[in-house]
Amino acid sequence: MTPLAVSIAGAIASFTLVLVVLELIRSHRLRERYALLWLATGLTLTALSAWRAGLNTIAGWVGVRGYPPAVLFAVGILFILAVLLHYSTVISRLSDQNVMLAQRLALLEERLGDDATG
Amino acid sequence: MPDTVVTASPAEALHALSDLRRVAIVPALNEAGALPAVIDELRAFDPGLDIVVIDDGSVDRTAAVARSMGARVLRLPFNLGIGGAVQTGFRFAFENDYDLAVRVDGDGQHDPSQLGRLITPVLAGEADIVVGSRFAADADGYRSSRTRRIGIRLLAIVVSRIVGQRVTDTTSGFQALNKLGIALFARDYPHDYPEVEATVMVFRHRLRLIEVPVSMRERGSGRSSITSLRSVYYMVKVLLAIFVGLFRRNIVPQEDAR
Repeated sequence: MTPLAVSIAGAIASFTLVLVVLELIRSHRLRERYALLWLATGLTLTALSAWRAGLNTIAGWVGVRGYPPAVLFAVGILFILAVLLHYSTVISRLSDQNVMLAQRLALLEERLGDDATG
Repeated sequence: MPDTVVTASPAEALHALSDLRRVAIVPALNEAGALPAVIDELRAFDPGLDIVVIDDGSVDRTAAVARSMGARVLRLPFNLGIGGAVQTGFRFAFENDYDLAVRVDGDGQHDPSQLGRLITPVLAGEADIVVGSRFAADADGYRSSRTRRIGIRLLAIVVSRIVGQRVTDTTSGFQALNKLGIALFARDYPHDYPEVEATVMVFRHRLRLIEVPVSMRERGSGRSSITSLRSVYYMVKVLLAIFVGLFRRNIVPQEDAR
């Protein structure tokens, strides 16, 4: 069984993540589109931390014998990988768009004449 | 709003139009096929209406077609999604100091001949934003997939609760706005799937929104930006945005925008 202190600490930490994400959305610093994965991370980890019997059962399923909280780490790492991969796709799209913007700007400057260039 | 005589009939209200600077905002993504008819119908409804087409990164001849028909064209360098595209139009309307804006989608699903119904309450000073609803009292039957209809209804119920006024169609992009509405949306407009959040935002900023019944047509060409696969993401994202939005402080547009 997971030590009680680990469950409590895990639940508090993951729920704090949920609150921070919600506050970031509220203050317009994080778009809903990019927040959904973080919210899923926070809520899943909160649930797994608080639901001690469930964590035990899942640990049994995946063959973790000695220390059930290891499942928390595994799930957390999986979510972080998902978030990182998602961000890689976002960054790829942003750099493509950045190239397009620079090209359009160059074409526009050329059309305006040399005066427009700084 | 300038003082206009409050009239019941659209025809009379439209007489007051000639004093106002008015623009049609037409977002279009790969709508070269449907766009000419939309532009023709807009001109038939009101020859004095300026038409600005926002080409949201089309790969067909959307921009060229619109330009050849004498519309102003704002060509976005890449696809921003409907929210970003429409807001470009609102910014255009705001910066060019238009008194009245209508939003008509470039795919032909909105029938410009029904614009009179949308514009009348704005001209009469009864509302800042008028939305054409497919589900308001006497609107004609609207055909759509079942899941999508249920989703639209569900959102309507949630939004009605939150804003404290019955709203039947929160996903309609068929709208007319006065200067206050233009100013609000030019400054702040939701991304991705904007109409639902925008509805809540309008009420939070204490603008007056009313719905009028309209019928919508089958899409001319092109396809909906909302596929059934994305519906779940859509619902979750929109509900999250609405509920988080409730905890935001309001920003009321300056009075001088009136």
